[in-house]
Amino acid sequence: MTDLLLLCYEFFKAGLFAIGGGIVTIPFFNEMADKYSWFTTKDIADMIAVSEATPGPFGINMATFAGYKAFGILGSILASFSMVLPSFIIIIIVSKFLDDFSDNRNVKNAFNGLRPCMCALVLKAWLSIVNVTLIDSDKMANNWFNILSYVKPVPILLFIIIFLGQKYFKKMTPMTWIFFGAFCGLLFL
Amino acid sequence: MNIYIQLFISFCKIGALMFGGGYAMLPILEHEIVDKKQWFTNEEILDLYALAQCTPGVIAVNTATKVGYKIKGIIGAIISTIGVILPSFLIIIGISVFLKSFSYISYIQNILSGIRIAACAMMVNTLIKLMKAGIKDKIGLIIFFIAAILAIILKVQSVWLVCLAICSGIICGNIKRSKNND
Repeated sequence: MTDLLLLCYEFFKAGLFAIGGGIVTIPFFNEMADKYSWFTTKDIADMIAVSEATPGPFGINMATFAGYKAFGILGSILASFSMVLPSFIIIIIVSKFLDDFSDNRNVKNAFNGLRPCMCALVLKAWLSIVNVTLIDSDKMANNWFNILSYVKPVPILLFIIIFLGQKYFKKMTPMTWIFFGAFCGLLFL
Repeated sequence: MNIYIQLFISFCKIGALMFGGGYAMLPILEHEIVDKKQWFTNEEILDLYALAQCTPGVIAVNTATKVGYKIKGIIGAIISTIGVILPSFLIIIGISVFLKSFSYISYIQNILSGIRIAACAMMVNTLIKLMKAGIKDKIGLIIFFIAAILAIILKVQSVWLVCLAICSGIICGNIKRSKNND
């Protein structure tokens, strides 16, 4: 019983301090592997692979998997729930606060400044995906003038097809394109 | 259809299709929440992401909680949050129970690459929509460029950029106001 409580505590802690995305949770898992016998450091590598390959938030996937390794299905439920809880509580509190202050001039101005900044962050995220999927970044580091040497032709072709397809077949949903991408990836990559 | 059910299904969809992290979720989120259900505008999505970025926890969960809360209070928040993590939860339990060793079959990697490329292509459109909604004047454009240079080239962490953006917003807003008053 105390083990289960410890599990909840550890995952609550991880959820509370992981600011800025799921990947930040990894050190917490390393710490747990050292402190407890729930899973080993080697298991963590497997967990990362699975969590990245499955849909859903990375951090929660890690929690689900780790919880399962520790205490079966009950463990996975408790671990996931504990990791979600801190952000759930904080978001509710902050939302209430923002609602009360939504007419405040400075809050409005703050958001006006935040929106372009968030656009920049989305651009950054997009560039990092491009870096992984469409470009060979090692080759680019060596010789960035010669664009043709480091772009990956098949991925770029798929990218262009989906990009144009999205423009001209507006009725297709994101789900369709994701399946299309998965299908093409399987066949051509 | 009952709004709670709609909320749950929308977020199950989002949770089932988001591969590769918080920002990759944007095209799907935008399609469901803004285009289809019209629960939020593009501007509000940016505000949502700003909030999700600054608070602890996973962006997807924070976003789900906030949307659910806005639609139907705490119960809405609970439903949307459960919805967004349920698909991946079930998939991982399935993998853990039935696959004794998760095989690093190369074709899974290829499927994932294809999915990432699709997300990358869809993100362009989403980014343009968000920029149209979020950058309304010259000051916005300047903030965008400065933030982009800081984030992409100088690799400043998002927390600092968010603080800077908040301050810029407040300062510029007040400068504008005193100019208008003159």
